[in-house]
Amino acid sequence: VAVMAAPVESSGWFPALAIAVSLLKCLFINAYHSTDFEVHRNWLAITHSLPISRWYYENTSEWTLDYPPLFAWFEYGLSQAAVHFDRGMLVVENLNYASPATILFQRLSVVFADLVFIYAVKECCTTVREEKAAKDLLRRPCFVLAVLLLWNFGLFIVDHIHFQYNGFLFGFLLLSVARHLQARHLEGALWFSIVLNLKHINLYVAPAYGIYLLRCFCFTQDNTDGSLRWRSFSPVRLVSLGAVVLSVTAASFGPFVAMGQLPQVLSRLFPFKRGLCHAYWAPNFWALYNVLDKALSMLGVRLGLLDVAGLPKASMTGGLVQEFQHAVLPSVSPPTALLCTLLAMLPALWCVWRRPCGGRGFLRCLVQCALASFMFSWHVHEKAVLLAVLPLSILAVESRRDAGIFLMLATTGHYSLFPLLFTPAEFPIKVLLMLLFTIYSFSALRNLFSGEGSLLHPLEALYLLGLVAVEVLCEVVFPLSPWQQTLPFVPLLVTSVYCALGVSYSFVRLYVSLLTQEVTEKTKRL
Amino acid sequence: METCTLVSMSILLGVLVRWGVSFNSYSGAGKPPMFGDYEAQRHWQEVTYNLPIQEWYFNTTDNDLNYWGLDYPPLTAFHSLLCAHVAKLINPEWVKLLGSRGYESPAHKLFMRATVLAADLLVYIPAVVLYCCYLTNGSTNKKVGTLLCILLYPGLILIDYGHFQYNGLSLGLTLWGVLGLGLGWDALGSLAFSLALNYKQMELYHALPFFCYLLGKCARQGLTGRGLFSLVKIAVTVLVTFALCWLPFLSDPEQALQVLRRIFPVARGLFEDKVANAWCSLNVLIKIRSILSSDSQFYLSFAVTLLAITPSSLKLLKTPTFWQFKLALVNSSLAFFLFSYQVHEKSILLAALPVCLLLNDLPLVAIYFLQVSTFSMLPLLLKDGLLMPYAVTSLAFLVLSTHLLSALERCTEAQLRLEGYRRLAAWLPAWLPRLDLARIIRRKFYSSLVLMVGLSVASVALPPPAGLPDLFPVLVSTFSFLHFLGTFIYFNIVQLSTPQGKQKTL
Repeated sequence: VAVMAAPVESSGWFPALAIAVSLLKCLFINAYHSTDFEVHRNWLAITHSLPISRWYYENTSEWTLDYPPLFAWFEYGLSQAAVHFDRGMLVVENLNYASPATILFQRLSVVFADLVFIYAVKECCTTVREEKAAKDLLRRPCFVLAVLLLWNFGLFIVDHIHFQYNGFLFGFLLLSVARHLQARHLEGALWFSIVLNLKHINLYVAPAYGIYLLRCFCFTQDNTDGSLRWRSFSPVRLVSLGAVVLSVTAASFGPFVAMGQLPQVLSRLFPFKRGLCHAYWAPNFWALYNVLDKALSMLGVRLGLLDVAGLPKASMTGGLVQEFQHAVLPSVSPPTALLCTLLAMLPALWCVWRRPCGGRGFLRCLVQCALASFMFSWHVHEKAVLLAVLPLSILAVESRRDAGIFLMLATTGHYSLFPLLFTPAEFPIKVLLMLLFTIYSFSALRNLFSGEGSLLHPLEALYLLGLVAVEVLCEVVFPLSPWQQTLPFVPLLVTSVYCALGVSYSFVRLYVSLLTQEVTEKTKRL
Repeated sequence: METCTLVSMSILLGVLVRWGVSFNSYSGAGKPPMFGDYEAQRHWQEVTYNLPIQEWYFNTTDNDLNYWGLDYPPLTAFHSLLCAHVAKLINPEWVKLLGSRGYESPAHKLFMRATVLAADLLVYIPAVVLYCCYLTNGSTNKKVGTLLCILLYPGLILIDYGHFQYNGLSLGLTLWGVLGLGLGWDALGSLAFSLALNYKQMELYHALPFFCYLLGKCARQGLTGRGLFSLVKIAVTVLVTFALCWLPFLSDPEQALQVLRRIFPVARGLFEDKVANAWCSLNVLIKIRSILSSDSQFYLSFAVTLLAITPSSLKLLKTPTFWQFKLALVNSSLAFFLFSYQVHEKSILLAALPVCLLLNDLPLVAIYFLQVSTFSMLPLLLKDGLLMPYAVTSLAFLVLSTHLLSALERCTEAQLRLEGYRRLAAWLPAWLPRLDLARIIRRKFYSSLVLMVGLSVASVALPPPAGLPDLFPVLVSTFSFLHFLGTFIYFNIVQLSTPQGKQKTL
């Protein structure tokens, strides 16, 4: 952000931008970190001190290894460097071990792992289409994209304060997207299979990859009207694609398959025993569903249609709900959620199959899949919204319509991450960073598309301004009120539901934009 | 992009970095019995809240002056009192008389850090913003670049948000004074500067340029006509401000004298610890404190300081332009830092402020000096456990400032304002080599950077040799002294060689 004031003629803005943000990350080493810090410390210890056969069985700590094997290998690699900082963190029994050297090492490991992300952003910036290179650096789409990605609010607080390795993982994902945009499909597939084997949440977007690669890589030609030419199927390409994906997966899962531990590994990766919603409801469809259920049940009791004794008890105490029993609406099971997710993805996948529209069409489909999964999946974390926000940044700097949707989704999604940082000392950080990112994204995108009308409908702007009110109510007014004692879950509930509205709206708008684009293109052809 | 957006983002970033640094340790954390400056500030809150105003500066049973006795002017005491009232509201334990000594808790740290931030938000940051918007030349981008660099100057951030002090307040008030003078509101400017003086006596380092500029300006307007009127107006402003600040202590001469004795502790010696000034560096060669008596030390330093500030002050008196004023502020504060009595390493911030104001005009030298000034406080920062923020903020400042202000491109001899040398060179005998000053400065900049990194690493990683436990602090302070001396000479040359006319914009 700092470099925004860079003189127009200056070169080397990208390194300056990257160095500045990396240094800023280092500043928060001593800030609050969540239990995820201990999760990763535990994984370091497991991978370092136990034989591979024990990795997915070890359960001294409650934070068992539940990422795919490639990530375990990554932790193993890190642990080789950790030895030189503090051996104490590599002992499995040292639960909640957090010596200064351990904190320094783990924080720095995130910052350095982000080098992958920085490289990926650089690659993404080269793929941005610039109609005419603007003189002012601040008005160049590639510069705006670099800031939107490198200085992304969500990634910053989740990785460098809350503590996770998302930057590293998104690095591989964005790299694969960049390769697809550059039409280097095999490489793109390679990076995606790596990221999929690092964190299985990327399954959310796997359908987009599958369909797109099948359609645009395995079939080599289109008919003149853009529809698929079935006879152009290339078995060689399919085989090479399969070889890439399978070899990465083999390297990752192979040893565990050989040891016959696959069921155990999978049971760790997919713990369906967890509830429909995470402790803090991710702002998705199910948050709205839960609230609707609650409202209906309260209404029912008030009208005497429902019996209080027959209702599931204390379903929302403390705002920390694992199992949520619906009172009026039908309860949701994992298969239902999966079905909803697939149904929500289907139109996007169908569009990409019908008319791929190149790398950009694929990217649009990927965002759509990520958002569909976020909306309807089982036990979604609020952080998963970044899976849609980051790729959408690329589209946002190229088209006005996407820019508007990006502003809606990014602002709402980022705000929904606020409950991650609840300690008073970190309060200024999240507010300042959020303001920094939001002010920049609004002003930069408005500048990019100046002269094409405003990016947001007044009602959308009003909704976003409402976030300020929500924040003031939830974090300033409410804690001072007497309800803090009796209804402590209300702020989280309000945040979640309010944000769910915005995310759902963005989801619908993205679909409308995708489908109307289809229609306009059809009419153009006619 | 609109100026407004860029400015607000710079401010946000400045505040963010400040808050980021504040997560780190502070001076004397967990180090009884004396703790450090953090405890001093907390103790002043305790004293001012609980004792009647007449006892603040006196040694009494409830007020042990040997335990961080109040030794700043009244405005600091009032500020402490204000903070104490807020503290009392949150947790009375924090300011309990005698019972709160050495009080430390995360919540209290948060409160103390917040008071520093509040002071910065109210005083320092607005002043910097206004200065950059109204008193710097160049495009919007250039102005915002300067703004961001000033806000990110690591020295001030590390001392205020790491070590723990309220320099932002005194420097901010001074900056309001500079703003007032720069915008032509001389009386308001002198009001702000008087407040600064009443907040921290060290602001005397800046006093002479203010005095000479205003006097020179009034003299220009004619000391018999309008000039006299402005002079009286300014004098009255200053006197009234001082009177108001000192009002509670004026009832009894003994009170006022006691405050003065506390503020100027002449008995504390020529210098303490390792400070990058002339006396401490000279001490490496000659043990000056054992040769001279305490009195002669005082007079010697007084005489040398006076000598060092005379040229720049006279020049400013003769040509009271704003450009001259800014240069004189640097020269005066550096002269005081280098030669005056009882200097602390943190006092380099007083010189750093005016140098910050020159960032846009003389980027390379200013960045050079600011880097060294942060580095000169390294031993202190290491003692406070601020290695990481020191490294991070210094690097960030280096990268951003050289990039934003294109410091390395903007350094021809003319841009460094050393054209005088060309004229001089024509007169020099032919056998003397003609130097490329711009290149020399640039090279020195690089080599100093390497040396600073090397010395920083050595201070952290290497144990000092057995016979020389203070080797690294002495090396750091001598290195910094040489650079400060060089900067002092440079800025004097620039100031004295500026022709009578207006400042040239380059």
